Amino acid sequence: MYTEPQMVPNPPAPNQAIFIDAELCTGCNTCVDVCRTDVLLPNPETGRPPIVMYPDECWFGGCCVGHCPVPGAIRMEHPLNQRIGWKRRDTGEYFRIGMKNPPPPNTRPPVGYDPEQRMELCI
Amino acid sequence: MGGAAEYPYPVVYGKENDVEADVLILGGGVAGCHAAVSAAKRGARVVVVDKGPVIRSGSGGAGVDHWHGACTNPCSTVSPEEMIEMTLYGDYLLHWEFGNGITSYILFKESYDALLDVEEWGVKVRDVDDEFKGAEFRDEKTKLMFAYDYDARHCIRVNGGAGIKVAYYNEMKRLGVQIHDFVTVTSLLTEGGRQGGRVIGATGVSVRTGEFYIFKAKATILTTGVTAGMWIFSTELNGAASSHGDPNDTADGTAMAWQAGVELTLMEKASPMPVSGGFAYPMYGTGNAHNTWYACTMVDANGKEIPWVDRDGRLLTTVSERYHDAPGQKAFFNGPDLPYEIRSPRLIPDLPERIKRGEYVLPLYADLPSMPPHERRAIWGLMVGHEGKSHIIYTTYGKAGFDPDKDMLQTNVMPPDRYFFYPYWNTMGPRQWREGPGGGGVFFDWDLKTNLEGLYVAGTAGYAGGNHAGSASTGRYAARKAVAYADTIEWLPVSREQIEREKARVYAPVTRSEGIGWKELRAGLARIMQDYCGEYKNEETLGMGLQWLDSIRESEAARAYARNPHELARVLECYSRLTAAEVILRASLERKASSKALGFNRLDYPQMDPPEWTKLVTLRLEEGEMKVGEHPVDYYLKAPYASSFEDNYREHCGP
Repeated sequence: MYTEPQMVPNPPAPNQAIFIDAELCTGCNTCVDVCRTDVLLPNPETGRPPIVMYPDECWFGGCCVGHCPVPGAIRMEHPLNQRIGWKRRDTGEYFRIGMKNPPPPNTRPPVGYDPEQRMELCI
Repeated sequence: MGGAAEYPYPVVYGKENDVEADVLILGGGVAGCHAAVSAAKRGARVVVVDKGPVIRSGSGGAGVDHWHGACTNPCSTVSPEEMIEMTLYGDYLLHWEFGNGITSYILFKESYDALLDVEEWGVKVRDVDDEFKGAEFRDEKTKLMFAYDYDARHCIRVNGGAGIKVAYYNEMKRLGVQIHDFVTVTSLLTEGGRQGGRVIGATGVSVRTGEFYIFKAKATILTTGVTAGMWIFSTELNGAASSHGDPNDTADGTAMAWQAGVELTLMEKASPMPVSGGFAYPMYGTGNAHNTWYACTMVDANGKEIPWVDRDGRLLTTVSERYHDAPGQKAFFNGPDLPYEIRSPRLIPDLPERIKRGEYVLPLYADLPSMPPHERRAIWGLMVGHEGKSHIIYTTYGKAGFDPDKDMLQTNVMPPDRYFFYPYWNTMGPRQWREGPGGGGVFFDWDLKTNLEGLYVAGTAGYAGGNHAGSASTGRYAARKAVAYADTIEWLPVSREQIEREKARVYAPVTRSEGIGWKELRAGLARIMQDYCGEYKNEETLGMGLQWLDSIRESEAARAYARNPHELARVLECYSRLTAAEVILRASLERKASSKALGFNRLDYPQMDPPEWTKLVTLRLEEGEMKVGEHPVDYYLKAPYASSFEDNYREHCGP
């Protein structure tokens, strides 16, 4: 809620490269230690989600997502200016990343993916 | 985040840590890690230092989908000799006559061996799950899968490449390699602290705690990658992804080598495939026909298919033909503008004209659903899915509902002329030159040794460096040479005076409370490069650029502040960039001719590639003075070396 005006600096863009689900996150800080550009800082409060301190230095490599031991605890979102769409060949419908009512997800994993070795392969 | 949060790491600026290594490796990317494992297996005490986390760092840290130059695999129809003949003078990395025969030949000789190494360490390489049984690109006996040229079979698809750095990391841990994550290397230590002296280690600073590191080494391997992100800087559009490659390619290696007196060459070279900084789309993330997407069918907005032709302009009527050599062709490579001998099938080259005439209507789409199932799955699932940074694309698009069996991914809309070049996601905006591999860098010999005793180079830190496989191959080769050298020499004392000088330099920004931050400094340096050393330059602009750099060095740069170790590392990167910018400008001044191969346009010397300038100009510092030298482009086949690649390799490759 921002009904009361505040005096704050402009947010860095991208505003928030990754979103951490505070309910799912265990505060293990694995993502902090695999981030290639040190975007995340551990929360001073043990067990709490890390702080996305430098989203403007995010490379969008997705290592944090790949190494997170809790599926779904981190979501990466490419900034709006990085989003593209696609056309369904048979119907001509146009969809895009980030649209309001997206089509059902396609959950087929990439080639070589082994769910048992998720951490080992880091995917 | 509003306001300042409590800094979570203990900050101990200046606290010294002493580390000793037989072989010290600066940079823990693919080249550094392959070197580390090779050296450790030979019994050396190995230390790896990286500004990021080695488990994921480096240009190839996010993955690899195809392994170049693997021509010694049992299915290949081309030999290393044939590969070097075909590629060096018209290289598929577009070095043309300025390519490097040493690293190219090492790639062709050892690429497949390096791939077998990583397979042994746990990376899935073959189609062991038989997902592609019967596919044209799969060899039934070895289960190897090939990319691009299904006849010559010199490039191998890697179906577990997204986790390759993890495999490297685990193997290094197993062998007891000492890894220093999140420590940025700031300078090379030399004998007596003297420029041009034997390299005896390096200094570093923790990007989290600010601690100081003194690394003493018998042999050092520089694997710090390319000098990227020099021309455009903006985090506003897409963060650090505005740099096509690794945002940690911050010119640190170039700067520390320069200060130590290392000979650098081709620093004036621009990348053959400039990208558009923050204006680009995510890599591999828009509809495309080439590179990792080879050879996807493309259609226009009305579903009209864009034809493919072979090197002779002959129309190809089937998808399969796009993966086969033209009649009489030995092998092909994929790239936008390759010489006839090695040119791959491609979309009709006059596509831009036909778009302008209205024959094809924008936007274009990658028609994955119409591709044969194995090819579709290889493009979206194997290539996109394992290539660097593409795994997150695959999963993000999938979650958003993208289905390659039904959907055609859009190509970003650009001016028609731009559709001649690819990959399309690089799009059209201000040019970020020299982003990828293949730029200038450290000059070296058949031992991958620099002009300084004790200092070796591997990966893209060397000039005309290559790709993932090239980094792995040169890493394992350099390690053999470094270990052999380390076995023969004694420790030398580190110069205390050099340590104190470096500490004063690196910690100065934390003592300042006003001035400018690293982002403004970096954007300012990028502006100098755009204006005075951009696509077109002359004696006057280059001279002014140097004048600006000097002025910035004593003014804004001397006032740059850092409020914590993270910011300190970023300011130090700017200092590296300042040095690298100066080297690039000086190298540009020394080349008094234009060159297509170097992407180098001198308005005051417009003649393209006059024969007398087909040479390497080198620069180095000696007692603070710049020394200019030159070598023939094929110095590696001239005295004191043998005249054939095979003989040189046999003599130098090591046990």
